[in-house]
Amino acid sequence: MTPALQITDLRVSLSGNTILSGINAEINAGEFVGIFGPNGAGKTTLVRCIIGTLAPTRGSIKVLGLLPSQAARRVGYMPQGHGTFDSTALSARSMVEAACEGDGWGIPWTSKKSRQEVDRVLEVTDAARYAQRPFSVLSGGERQRVMLAQALLGDPRILVLDEPLASLDPKNQGLLIECVARVKERTNTTVLFVAHDMNPLLNVMDRVMYLAGGGAALGKLDEVVTSECLTKLYGSDIEVVRTQNRVFVVSSEGGVTETECAHHDHD
Amino acid sequence: MINTLATYLSYEFVQNALIAGTLSAILGAIVGYFVIIRSAGFAAHALAHIGFAGAAGAALVGLSPLEGMLLLTVGAGVGMGAAGDKVNRSDMAIGMVLSMSLGLGTLFLKLYSGYAGQAKAILFGEIFGVSHEQIIKMAVLSVMSLGALAIFSRRLLFASIQPRLAEGRGLSLSALSMAFMAVLAISVTLASQVVGILLVFTLVIAPAGIALRLCRSFWSGIIVSVILGVIAVWIGILLDCVTGYPATFWITALFFVIYVFVESYCRFFTK
Ligand SMILES: Nc1ncnc2c1ncn2[C@@H]1O[C@H](COP(=O)(O)OP(=O)(O)OP(=O)(O)O)[C@@H](O)[C@H]1O
Ligand SMILES: [Mg+2]
Repeated sequence: MTPALQITDLRVSLSGNTILSGINAEINAGEFVGIFGPNGAGKTTLVRCIIGTLAPTRGSIKVLGLLPSQAARRVGYMPQGHGTFDSTALSARSMVEAACEGDGWGIPWTSKKSRQEVDRVLEVTDAARYAQRPFSVLSGGERQRVMLAQALLGDPRILVLDEPLASLDPKNQGLLIECVARVKERTNTTVLFVAHDMNPLLNVMDRVMYLAGGGAALGKLDEVVTSECLTKLYGSDIEVVRTQNRVFVVSSEGGVTETECAHHDHD
Repeated sequence: MINTLATYLSYEFVQNALIAGTLSAILGAIVGYFVIIRSAGFAAHALAHIGFAGAAGAALVGLSPLEGMLLLTVGAGVGMGAAGDKVNRSDMAIGMVLSMSLGLGTLFLKLYSGYAGQAKAILFGEIFGVSHEQIIKMAVLSVMSLGALAIFSRRLLFASIQPRLAEGRGLSLSALSMAFMAVLAISVTLASQVVGILLVFTLVIAPAGIALRLCRSFWSGIIVSVILGVIAVWIGILLDCVTGYPATFWITALFFVIYVFVESYCRFFTK
């Protein structure tokens, strides 16, 4: 069976800086992989290679056995940060409708089939309740759900979610993860989930990909998130602390490097 | 009052003004919708002024002002589109092209001294001076622009609202940006025949801006934008006939009043 994602000896340089190098990974259909790493580690860069908007400097990426650009329609993508429109009244639903069949020609007329598809994805992410409101007035959490709904259009085989938990409180993080996990269970979709805090994902992840120092480690949580493995990756002393089913990655200076970042926003 | 209006409506120059105004309003309203949603207001503004240099230069080489404007604005528009799409917008590039064009325009004016009167017409518009021939040209260009937009507007809308996602689905942001800027350049040039370069901005920005503040779906937005544009232009032209004050003034004043109402409504009633 073709792996959902196969990365071979990937190297990415941007304006002369090597961001990623020597990355190898094989991810199977139906796997839920959490992608972690500090700011600037290259998570978004890797994601852009996978969805085909950035060409690798060296090495190859195969998505469902195809070139990323050929597989584009079978990949659901949620970019980091929300859409960009300022104070317009355009509703969340209109936005999803524009994305549905947005790569076709002609005028932006939404066919009945597309409308049903939009209804479906908004139901799945439980965003239908507020989809009629302008996107610009939605809360951060509501926006994330609309964006997730968009990524689900057309039943993609792979979901690539770049920091979908950003600016969500712990409760909404849980709800969003549950929603993704449900979709994954039902349709055996492969999920690549970029996040900073791995704790909310511990129950749903099959494997972990950790990016740091330009390299990557992929494996079971217990193999990758260990003091030994991460110290090698970061190139400096890293300690992994596990308490009551929670994981913290601590640098030698004593600061928690990763795992608590996501909790800032809930006060 | 009704009688006076009826008399005016029977004059050919008033009819021509209404036809030209309606064409510009429709095109401006539709293209403007995309301008607002792409936050490309500055580019629209710049294109209008770049047209000024084109019109001034045209006189020198023996082209008509319309041809000169089209040549320069479409060229500059495509250039701006290539220099920055929605994600990597380049206000700097737009600003530089704009200032260079204004400089050229001044030079051309100096070189061709008989041009001053015409320059005033281009800057402020001469809605009652539109000829039958000009109307035909405008109609052809409007149909071409709207036809082009009809071909790629589905992609344009998607790429304007969610550039990152559109890119991921294989759309070329810069190709779309260039195509749109060419259409915008044509619309701006046409609209400037009616309201003049200084106020072309009004027909492109105002109706669509107001519609996007009110309408939650694409189609309702387009329809409201067109209706607002056409009505304002008609009222402006008719008031000009009746009062003698320039149509441009009435059109802008009308939009301003509507804008203030809509904006206050949005601020106070939707919060
Ligand atoms: N066009 C570019 N030219 C040079 N460097 C770049 C370019 N784009 C990104 N980078 C660099 O690549 C590195 C990785 O960026 P990336 O966005 O992939 O990080 P990330 O892991 O997603 O971080 P975050 O957690 O903050 O989202 C950063 O150091 C960034 O400065
Ligand atoms: Mg990132």
